[in-house]
Amino acid sequence: MRRQIPALASLLVVAAVLCVLPFVLSDYNVSLAAQVGIFFVAVLGLNILTGYTGQISIGHGAFMAIGGYTTAVMSRDHHTNLVVTMLMAFAICFVVGLIVGLPALRLSGVYLALVTFALALSIPQIPLQYSTFLGGVGGVQSTETVSNLWIYTAAWTCSAILFVLAWLLLRGRLGRAFRAVRDSEIAAVASGVELPVYKTLAFGISAAYAGVAGSLFVLATNGFAQPSEFDLFLSLELLIGAAVAGLGSLWGVLAGAAFVGLLPQVSTSVPLIGAQHGRDVVFGAAVILVMLLLPDGFAGLLARIRRLARA
Amino acid sequence: MTALLELEDVEARYGPVHVLHGISLAVEEGSVVAVLGPNGAGKTTTLRAVSGTVRRSGSIRFAGRPLKRVGPDGVARLGIAHVPEGRGTFSELTVWENLRLGAYTRRGSIQPELERVFTYFPWLADRRRQQAGTLSGGEQQMLALARAFVHRPRLLLLDEPSLGLAPVLVAELFRIVRELNEDEGLTVLVVEQNAHLALQAADAGYVLEAGRVVLSGSSDELRADDSVRRSYLGY
Amino acid sequence: MSAETSAIAGLRARGWAVDPGAVTVALVLLGAAIFLLIGCLRSATFAQYTVQGIALGSVYGALALALVLVYRATHVINFAQGELAMLTTYIAYELMLKGLSYWAAFAATLAIAFVLGTLLQVTVIRPVQHSVIAVVIVTVGLFILIDGIVNWIWGGDFKSMPSPFGIDSFNVGGVVISHLYVGMVIVVLASVVLVWALFRFTKLGLGMRAAALRPAAAALVGVRVDSMLAIGWGLAAVLGAVAGLMAEPSQIFLSPTLMQPILVYAFAAAVLGGLESPVGALVGGIAIGVSLTLIVGYVPQNYIGTELQLPLAFAVLLLILLVKPAGLFGRREVRRV
Repeated sequence: MRRQIPALASLLVVAAVLCVLPFVLSDYNVSLAAQVGIFFVAVLGLNILTGYTGQISIGHGAFMAIGGYTTAVMSRDHHTNLVVTMLMAFAICFVVGLIVGLPALRLSGVYLALVTFALALSIPQIPLQYSTFLGGVGGVQSTETVSNLWIYTAAWTCSAILFVLAWLLLRGRLGRAFRAVRDSEIAAVASGVELPVYKTLAFGISAAYAGVAGSLFVLATNGFAQPSEFDLFLSLELLIGAAVAGLGSLWGVLAGAAFVGLLPQVSTSVPLIGAQHGRDVVFGAAVILVMLLLPDGFAGLLARIRRLARA
Repeated sequence: MTALLELEDVEARYGPVHVLHGISLAVEEGSVVAVLGPNGAGKTTTLRAVSGTVRRSGSIRFAGRPLKRVGPDGVARLGIAHVPEGRGTFSELTVWENLRLGAYTRRGSIQPELERVFTYFPWLADRRRQQAGTLSGGEQQMLALARAFVHRPRLLLLDEPSLGLAPVLVAELFRIVRELNEDEGLTVLVVEQNAHLALQAADAGYVLEAGRVVLSGSSDELRADDSVRRSYLGY
Repeated sequence: MSAETSAIAGLRARGWAVDPGAVTVALVLLGAAIFLLIGCLRSATFAQYTVQGIALGSVYGALALALVLVYRATHVINFAQGELAMLTTYIAYELMLKGLSYWAAFAATLAIAFVLGTLLQVTVIRPVQHSVIAVVIVTVGLFILIDGIVNWIWGGDFKSMPSPFGIDSFNVGGVVISHLYVGMVIVVLASVVLVWALFRFTKLGLGMRAAALRPAAAALVGVRVDSMLAIGWGLAAVLGAVAGLMAEPSQIFLSPTLMQPILVYAFAAAVLGGLESPVGALVGGIAIGVSLTLIVGYVPQNYIGTELQLPLAFAVLLLILLVKPAGLFGRREVRRV
C-alpha cells in the first residue's frame, strides 16, 4: 500500500474482475466468491489488530456471531432493513470490541490468545442458555432472505468501502501509531503514543469489521443464525486468514481470504477421506505447511519477490 | 609449539553490524592471556566468536584443529568453558545445581572435581542449598568461576569478571584465577576493563580497538611502555 | 518488626526466597481447604461433589501441567495439547481392540505419546519457533488436522473403552466414592510425581530446567537446548495422554470432542496457577474442578446450567488475568537472557 500508481492499477484490476465475475460464474461459484468477500472483510479487520498492533485474537468468530445475531434478531423482531442491520452490527461490535479491548490491554501475546480462544468457545454457548430470546440450538431466522448475487454484491461492496476506510485510517497518524505499537511497545510509549487508546481502538475496529462479516455470513446461510455456525473453527479460520495474508498488502488479504474462503469448501471433495474430515485434514495440513514455508504470510512472500526483483 | 587457541583474521557481526574486522591472536597452553581495550572494541565479541555464540568468519584453531561452527554447546563439549558477561549463573537454581550444570558434559561422578572446587572456594560448601540469585555479586562471580572449573576445561574464557565488583573482590578473583592457572594448568583468555589487574595476572595481552588488534606483547612489555599505558590502558 | 516480617527475614537470611504474596496465597488455599473439609463433613452430597470435583480437577490439572511444561520450555501455548491427548487416547483404544490389556495399552500409549510429542516439536514447531504468531497458527493447524485425522480414521461416533477401575465404589460414612474417582487421582498424581522426580533428581531434568530458564547460559555449559525442548514436548504429550486416558472413563464414552472443553478448563487452571508453575497448574486444576462441580451442582439449572460451564471457566480465566496475571504461584514475567 505504498506507491500510489501501481497500487491504484492493481485496485482497478481487482475491481474490474469483481464486476465481471458474476456474469461468468455459476450460481454456486458466485456464492463461493461471496464467501471470499465475507472473509475479506473479516480478515481485513483482524489484520489491523494482529498485523498492525500485534495483538493475537482467536476469538473474532465471537464478534461475527454478535453481528450475525444482530441481523437475524432485528430482522425477525422488527423487520429492519438488512443493510441497516449491517450498520447496527458494525456499531454494536465496535462498542463490544472496545469493551473487550480494554481488559485485553493488560494481556499480551499468549495470554491474549488464550483469553480470546476461550471467548470463541464460550460465546456460542450463550444462545444455548438463553434460548427464548436467542433461539437456542434451533437458532434465529431473519424474515428476509437474499440471493447469492445480493450477498456477492453486498460483500464486495462492503469490502471496497471498508478497505478504503482501513487505508485512510492506516496511512495517517493512526497507522503510524499502530505500527509503532507492533514494533515496540516500549518505544511507542516513549515516543508519546498513547498505548491504551490505540490498542483498544484497534480491537474496536477489527470487531466492527468482523460484525459486518457476521451479518453477511448469516445472510449467506439463508438468514439463519445458529450457534453451530459460529464455532471455534470459524475463529481459527479468521486468524489463519490473517496470518496467511501477512501484513500490509491488498493482495495478501485477498490471498488470505481466498485461502480460508475456498480451501475448506474445496477440500470436502477429497477422495478417500470423505466430506467433513477431508476438510479438516487437508485444511489443517495446508495451514501448517503454509506457516512453515511462509511464516510472514503472503505479504511477506510478495515483499521477498519485490526485493529479489529489485536486486 | 602450537598454541592451544589460534585466531586468524576473525571477523564477526551482529546482523548487519560488523564488530570484528580481522582479529588474530594466539593463546599458549598453560598461559593467561588478557584482551584489553575500550568499550565497544570488540573484546566480548572475540570471546563469543570462540564459543560460537556469534556468527563469525575466519579461522579459529583449538588444540591444533579447526574449530567448526558447532554452536556454544558443541564448543563446551570440546573443553572450552565460557563465563559470559553477567556470569551466566542460574539464579533460580541452587549453588549445587549450578555446579552440577558446570559438569554437565562430564560423565560419571564429579565428586573429585567438587572436592577440588571446595578447596579453592571453601565457603561454597556451606551454601550448597542456597539459591544462587541470593548470593552477592562477588559470590556469584566466584560461583561462575567455580562452575567453569568443575567443567575441567582445557580453555577458560572469562568475560569482564570484574564488572560490578568491589576492587578487593576483583583482586581476590584474579588471585584465584592465577592459582588455578599455576596449580591446575588451566589456560585462560580473559577480557577485562581493568587493565592493571588483568596484566598483573596475565602472561601476555592483546589490546583491541574498533575491532582490530592494535597492540600485543607479553604483559611485562605492555606494562613497561608508558605511552602505551596512558593511551590504551588508561593508567 | 512484626512477627511475620521477622519470620520472613529469618527465612531469607537462610537463603529461602519468601514473598508476602506467596504467604497470602497459602492462606487462601488453607481457607479453601478448611471450607471444603467442613462442607464434606456436614453434607454427603457436598462430599460427593467435592470428590468428583477433585477427580475431574486432577485431569484438568494434568493437561494444565502439560501446557505449563511446554510454556516453560518454549514460551508458547500448544493449542493442540488437548487434541494430541485425545489422539493418544484413541491409540490406546485401538491397542486394546487389538488385544492388549488395559495397563499394557496404557504404558504403550505413554511411550507413543512421548515419541509423537518430540516428533512434533522437531518437525513443525522448531522451524517457526522464532515467531509467536507462526507457532500459534501451527498449533491451531495441528488442532484442526488431528481432529480431522481422528474423525477420519475412527469416525465421530461414540466408542466404548474398558474401564480400568471397575464400577464399584467405596462407602465412607455415607459418602459414595467410586473407585474410578480414586483411581483417576492416584494415576494422575503418580504420573506427576514421576515427572517431577525426573526434573528434580536427574541430570537430564536439570538440563531441561536450565534450558528453560536461560537457554543461552545453558548452551554455554554444554546443554543441547534444542533437544531439551523436544523432550519437554514429549513429556508434555505423555502427561496429556494420562489426562486423556483418565478423562475418558469419566465421560463414559470416547469421542473426538473428549478433550475440547477440558482444554479450556486446563487453560484456566494453568493461568490460575501461573503459567510457569507446575504446582500451580495442579492446584488450579483441582480448584477449577471442585468449583465448577459445586456450582453446577448447587445453583439451579435455569441460572447456571451445564452449558455455562465453559463461559464460567472463561470468566475465571479473564478475571485472573486482569487481577493477578502471574496467577497464584507465578512470578511476574521478567525478560532474561
